[in-house]
Amino acid sequence: MARIEVVMPQMGESIAEGTIVKWHKKIGDQVKKDETLLEISTDKVDSEIPSPAAGMLAEIVVAEQTTVVVGTVVAYLETDASVAVDVKPAAASAPKPAAASPAAAPAPRPAQQAAPAAPPAKGRFYSPLVLSIAGSEGVAMEELEGIPGTGEGGRVTKKDILAYVQARKSGTPPVALAARTPVAPAAGGSTAFTPGAADERIAMTNVQQKMAAHMVASVQTSPHVAAVHEVDMTAVVRHRTAHAASFERAEGFKLTYTPYIIDAVVRAIKKYPLINSSVDATTIVRKHAINIGMAVASENGLIVPVIKHAEEKSLLGIARAVHDLATRTRTKKLTADDITGGTFTISNYGVFGTIIGTPIINQPQIAILGTGAIVKRPVIIDDAIAIRSMAYFTMSFDHRVVDGLLGGMFLDAVVKNLEGCDVEGEIK
Amino acid sequence: MATMTYIDALARGMWEEMERDPSVFLIGEDIGAYGGAFKATKGFQAHFGEERVIDAPLSEAAIVGASVGAALLGMRPVAEMQFADFVTCGFNQMVVNAAKTHYRWHLPVPMVLRLPTGGYIHGGPYHSTSPESWFFHVPGVKIVAPSTPYDAKGLMKAAIRDNNPVIVLEFKYLYRRLKGEVPETDYIVPIGTAELRRQGGDLTVVTYGTTTGFALDAARQLAADDGMEAAVLDLRSLMPWDKDRVLEAVRQTGKVLVVHEDAVTGGVGAEIAATIADESFHDLDAPVRRVGAADVPVPFAPTLEEAVLPDTAKILAAMKELARY
Repeated sequence: MARIEVVMPQMGESIAEGTIVKWHKKIGDQVKKDETLLEISTDKVDSEIPSPAAGMLAEIVVAEQTTVVVGTVVAYLETDASVAVDVKPAAASAPKPAAASPAAAPAPRPAQQAAPAAPPAKGRFYSPLVLSIAGSEGVAMEELEGIPGTGEGGRVTKKDILAYVQARKSGTPPVALAARTPVAPAAGGSTAFTPGAADERIAMTNVQQKMAAHMVASVQTSPHVAAVHEVDMTAVVRHRTAHAASFERAEGFKLTYTPYIIDAVVRAIKKYPLINSSVDATTIVRKHAINIGMAVASENGLIVPVIKHAEEKSLLGIARAVHDLATRTRTKKLTADDITGGTFTISNYGVFGTIIGTPIINQPQIAILGTGAIVKRPVIIDDAIAIRSMAYFTMSFDHRVVDGLLGGMFLDAVVKNLEGCDVEGEIK
Repeated sequence: MATMTYIDALARGMWEEMERDPSVFLIGEDIGAYGGAFKATKGFQAHFGEERVIDAPLSEAAIVGASVGAALLGMRPVAEMQFADFVTCGFNQMVVNAAKTHYRWHLPVPMVLRLPTGGYIHGGPYHSTSPESWFFHVPGVKIVAPSTPYDAKGLMKAAIRDNNPVIVLEFKYLYRRLKGEVPETDYIVPIGTAELRRQGGDLTVVTYGTTTGFALDAARQLAADDGMEAAVLDLRSLMPWDKDRVLEAVRQTGKVLVVHEDAVTGGVGAEIAATIADESFHDLDAPVRRVGAADVPVPFAPTLEEAVLPDTAKILAAMKELARY
């Protein structure tokens, strides 16, 4: 009579969710108690889950390759033998099982019972000799991890690695590599730690994973040097204030500081075009187009949409492009083309109140400008104290290509372009 | 070539050296008319006379001390302890006077100290001691440990001819149980050279003395049971020990089991294992394992003695574990 729930089990106290890899039974199949019903995968282990009771698999609630949180009902078992096989509607007519009937539906026991031996690939012990042989025979660590071990606990013995090396030399495709499962590279690398019971595990979104990998790669690729200049934004602030209302009326969106900064950068790049480059081994590739990426923090992580051919655009053209990209970032309508092909990036962390930052280069570019918050400060001008709208701009540059002289001159040009803003000038 | 017992081979070595060199003489308790507690020197006094085969008073300190003095004056004494256990009473003479004289005064002390060693004979705690570790630690003393009649004669002769104090461990269990071919020729076994008793590629047993035979039996059983081949390296000399051969064995098999009758703690095997870890770490495919006696005096009751001392079954179990690793 009983219709019992099969739930996603808790595979270790730090696991919050699991993915159903495979259903071993079809709807209508009979299953014995403790017989494998499904296979799940969590970020710790892959496990076969035994059926909590004998009966018929009445309903599969969660399909294969779907991830659900621990405790979610993934299927229903019908333990009443008299119920016909194809009684899908029975689900509706059968009374909903009382929540308080745990005795009838024991949840599968957690990890310590079902935990299978972890695949030996990671963290396996290698004797000094095996490592010596691997070193002298040029067997990479990831290759070594794929060699099946015949020693105690699956240890790779001297004989195992010698046989592998021999097979490789004689051209026999080594079994090991064919059999091994590729190890997914951790997005940003990871450091071993033990999460506490109350700690929450939050899966990184694709965007977050890509950001992590990208940041690690950039820091490893480029020797970063940061230069900080002070910029007097008073002229720009006045210009924007003077034009804000008419601009919004004409264009339908607000005028921000970003187009001014992009315009100043583009003009500085035209003066120092080497900034607009990438490194190809021992060659510097100077880009013809000036495509300015602007880092935008979104709910899902950092996205850098790119204003293509900024060198062909006026301040108005840049403003429209910035607005278009910012809108489509928020509405998630960016195309792949919108976020690729950048040659220089600007990160305006000043909007968060940050006054000085040291941004990480957006590879394969060689420089990035970080713009701090515009703050009114007392400044000495001609031996008099004046109130000016000031900001600190940081340029992080790749010292493989850009030295302090070029970096400093470029940043100075950006500053001069902004400070020289014609307050009376029209936006066109 | 004659087949003779281990004890006869030892005696043969002494006899030949006494005939060859008049400065060689024997000293010990009841070694003369009685022929020694184990009859190693039976017939020596009748042939060489009382001056060269001296019955000493019941004082190990006097026996070792007189030997040191005689050696300093140009003689080559061969002193017998009735049981190795009793050498403790002569310990000071051995480790202070015999061992250090050369370092302090540049005077050689060419003496031999014969120590009937070890258990398996139901001798109880005062007659079954393995004393090698006491002397292994002392600079200036050589130690040899023959496991065959051939080596017994060859190492005895080498010990007598050596200009340093040399301890000859005579494994009592082997005295009359072990027979082997011993050439009548005048040969020596160089001190400090190990001998490979059995070839094998899967692991190496490093051993000496009585346990050499046990290790060989275990190796044959391992081959029969598991098809694994164990090499057996007999050290033959403990000081100096043949480091080159041991490290070569590590390179060949990557797995080493050190076996000795003496207790594991602070035993010769500890030094060998440490040296392997120190100098040959990258050749190791498994931890260096040791089999030896439990850390208790050797008990009298045969069942307890069996439980305490290493035997073929214990060695085989350790070999199998190491082979599987």
